[in-house]
Amino acid sequence: MEPTTFDFAPIWLTLRLATAATLLLLLVGTPLAWWLSRTRSWLKGPVGAAVALPLVLPPTVLGFYLLVLLGPQGPGGQLTQALGLGLLPFTFAGLVLGSTLYSLPFVVQPIQNAFEALGERPLEAAATLRAGPWDRFFSVAVPLARPGFLTAIVLGFAHTVGEFGMVLMIGGNIPGATRVLSVAIYDHVEAMEYAQAHWLAGGMLAFSFLVLLALYGPGKRILGNRP
Amino acid sequence: MRSLKLYCAALLAALSATTAMADEVQVAVAANFTKPAERIAAEFNKDTGHKAAISLGATGKFYAQIRNGAPFEVLLAADDETPQKMGKEGLTVPGSEFTYAIGKLVLWSAKPGVVDGQGEVLKKGAFQRFALANPKLAPYGLAGEEVMKKLGVFDAIQPKLVLGENISQTWQFVATGNAELGFVALSQVAKDGKVAEGSAWIVPQNLYSPIRQDAVLLARGKGKAAAEQFLKYLKSDKAVAIIRSYGYELP
Repeated sequence: MEPTTFDFAPIWLTLRLATAATLLLLLVGTPLAWWLSRTRSWLKGPVGAAVALPLVLPPTVLGFYLLVLLGPQGPGGQLTQALGLGLLPFTFAGLVLGSTLYSLPFVVQPIQNAFEALGERPLEAAATLRAGPWDRFFSVAVPLARPGFLTAIVLGFAHTVGEFGMVLMIGGNIPGATRVLSVAIYDHVEAMEYAQAHWLAGGMLAFSFLVLLALYGPGKRILGNRP
Repeated sequence: MRSLKLYCAALLAALSATTAMADEVQVAVAANFTKPAERIAAEFNKDTGHKAAISLGATGKFYAQIRNGAPFEVLLAADDETPQKMGKEGLTVPGSEFTYAIGKLVLWSAKPGVVDGQGEVLKKGAFQRFALANPKLAPYGLAGEEVMKKLGVFDAIQPKLVLGENISQTWQFVATGNAELGFVALSQVAKDGKVAEGSAWIVPQNLYSPIRQDAVLLARGKGKAAAEQFLKYLKSDKAVAIIRSYGYELP
């Protein structure tokens, strides 16, 4: 294979998508995980189950519903149009939204577990030292839950890199906007271009292994399980 | 000990249930031929007692799967090149291939009034998204590209293209309104030879090369009565009438 003909666009696009989705996931997932770890509301069960849904649903189910809901006839599509955002399917923003939903459990659950493992004590101790709720959260809870956050970031990022079914449904395979790595590999395989497929697929395999190695191998020592 | 025996019995029962039945034929069917294939399989079952188990998908994917040992006995492809290629690689029974349908391309919108009867909408370009099956993978996508190039509108439309992995996905993009219009197979939108919903332009045959769809007996189906009979049945008057009713032509 000629290095000059190698198409790097899907790789950059995938990294951009995973970065954007991970940031959004932290912004959405952290308060959600905090609430799930503290609440005694009856809503805890249903909300926890809804967050975990992408673990068991085929991604095509999510993709299909997004396509219908965000389409011009769907409520989501009518909302984005009314807000002047246009329609989200076939756009980078649409993929970021889809990826956020798709990787939500991979970010919420580790953070939630870390928050739950804290117990009440450190927070109560901080309260007796007159730390306000925000201060308690940012200076006590978040630093103590650091391993949970790092696991969440790595898994959220890696899971977004690996998504396929949902992107295929709402992406439309547009170069530079929605043709991510997994779709590019699929295309090469379908078109019987096995050489290109091998380069991308092999790279993806190596990347995924290294990420998981970082989590389960030496990274475990560095991140530490103990707060 | 008793539970071990019970376990073995259950395992055996599970295994025997998964082995194929004596007169069942495994058919790989191109996505655009979904509806007629299902109807033909039902009639085939009624008339012969054999069962046709249908798997739907993209022809390129079937090629890769069959090369790697997929248990299909008959292939109804979306083109005539794949069966030929497979013949050269010894994956089919030589001389068994024939054209079972000629696909018709249609420019379609789920909304009435978007597509005019002459295809002028292509030149006006008053749309945001245009759905096309990936020309690299799907014969209908290639045919659509050919039409746009012949009409000299391809460069103008290209930035608006959204590509479906196969013709079913392309139809879905248009049917949900996410793309205002696109090239799909007439069989997907036709009922009794007419376009049932939205607006459409049935593209004249002189604008694209015929989409010949070939059927072939695969090496695994050699000598199997149900497989050979299914191919024979595909040529029967009853099957041909079904195929035509979905807007296909026959040679």
